Amino acid sequence: MTHPELTLEERRFGETTRQDAWWLQPLVVFLGLTTFGIYSAWAAFQNAHYTFGPYLSPFYSPELFGSSYHSWFGDKPGWWPLWLPFSPAFLILWAPLGFRLTCYYYRGAYYKAFWADPLSCTIGEPRKGYRGEHSFPLIIQNVHRYFLYFALLFLIFLSHDAWKGFWFKDGSGTTFGVGIGSLILVGNVFFLGGYTLGCHSLRHLVGGFLDRLSSAPVRQSTYNCVSCLNRRHMMWAWMSLCWVGFSDIYVRLCSMEILTDWRFF
Amino acid sequence: MATATFKIWRGDANNAAFVDYESEVSEGMVVLDAVHQIQAQQANDLAVRWNCKAGKCGSCSAEVNGNPKLMCMTRLNELPLDQPISIEPMRAFPLIKDLVTDVSWNFEVKTKIKKFNPRPPDAEDGTWRMAQEDIDRVQEFRKCIECFLCQDVCHVLRDHHLHKEFIGPRYFVHNAALEMHPLDTENRLEELKESDGIGYCNITKCCTKVCPEHITITDNAIIPLKERVVDQFYDPLRKLFRIFRSRT
Repeated sequence: MTHPELTLEERRFGETTRQDAWWLQPLVVFLGLTTFGIYSAWAAFQNAHYTFGPYLSPFYSPELFGSSYHSWFGDKPGWWPLWLPFSPAFLILWAPLGFRLTCYYYRGAYYKAFWADPLSCTIGEPRKGYRGEHSFPLIIQNVHRYFLYFALLFLIFLSHDAWKGFWFKDGSGTTFGVGIGSLILVGNVFFLGGYTLGCHSLRHLVGGFLDRLSSAPVRQSTYNCVSCLNRRHMMWAWMSLCWVGFSDIYVRLCSMEILTDWRFF
Repeated sequence: MATATFKIWRGDANNAAFVDYESEVSEGMVVLDAVHQIQAQQANDLAVRWNCKAGKCGSCSAEVNGNPKLMCMTRLNELPLDQPISIEPMRAFPLIKDLVTDVSWNFEVKTKIKKFNPRPPDAEDGTWRMAQEDIDRVQEFRKCIECFLCQDVCHVLRDHHLHKEFIGPRYFVHNAALEMHPLDTENRLEELKESDGIGYCNITKCCTKVCPEHITITDNAIIPLKERVVDQFYDPLRKLFRIFRSRT
């Protein structure tokens, strides 16, 4: 595309005439994501205190290999390299991490907070070169829909975990009960569901790709539901992120006998 | 009557700076009223573009306290009048004089976008039939008043000056209005990926925040177009599916 040369003023990093607290939002995002990243990495490396009674921490679900009774295929696999520390979380965390990392909301948020590209709207940037998501490496963000497929699978696994969280083993066998942990795991599925089912890629795949949605009524209803959740995608993203961390902390503290899991019945 | 200080950008592309003006402010005034008052009383040669004073023509776009806004829709009582109010021209376009910029690049971009190409008429009288729910989605994009505030705030144009490789949010909205139209038969995805540079958008949502017509530019126009580009160019499963479908 050819256009006449545009002569525009270069601006310095941080240059702005904005008077509001424009730095607050990127700072909160930076602190929030950094805190979550450090905590989740620490929790994943622990390989301990991730179950309590019928509860399984969402950081370790599904437990493909591991030492708890939630494990699908038994203990640590023989093929796992001896020099590499093992945790059941390492086998599965790549999927939710990839889903969030390539999420349209998080992309915009962390480009601002971690890469200052831009730090906030109309704030001068630190570097001149820019490739965006037009070429490598960020063109890889287009893989988001594939992580969505895994995220939908995980939603099924976590729903199953939440259901199992109502079945307590005691002297007389397995009985139905409701503990604080049961409700926390249900909350986790609720918030993750709100986030995953409001995904921009899902919105496209269920019907957004069509120009005449009226010709596919089921798609249209699904598209409307996803669009409804999508309008508050940022809220769901943060609520689900906080709740998944909170769920792990709760299970961990109960398992370490710092907290008592209070049972309603 | 209360007074306030207005720092207005004065000059041309070669030499410009903020000039302070003290001016009286009264209830109900908007920024454009203050600029007109200063123009009438203190700076007769102050250049400002304006027309409808009702937020519908998109002429009086500027940056008020660093935020891209329509001057006619920015009420003074929403601003901290105890501090000087800065009024600057849009930074993503070349300055002509004072608050007036050359936005002609935008109109050139528009001429390059494939025009609306409807399918053959549905009825013998040359008319078409559309469902209201299909047209509702693109109706949002038709609200655009071409104020170019979204272009101004977009850092790809404003800071990286990629005007040759990137058409900006306004024209992604225009593309979306055409591409998602239930009657349109044209395919604009290759242009969106290549010459229009949709990949440069990194979803900061600044364009959505400044839109005076509250068009959900990022979520309803840009991201759906990005997803359509993924469908056509980056999704191997979709490609396989298309090959399989074309053979059956």
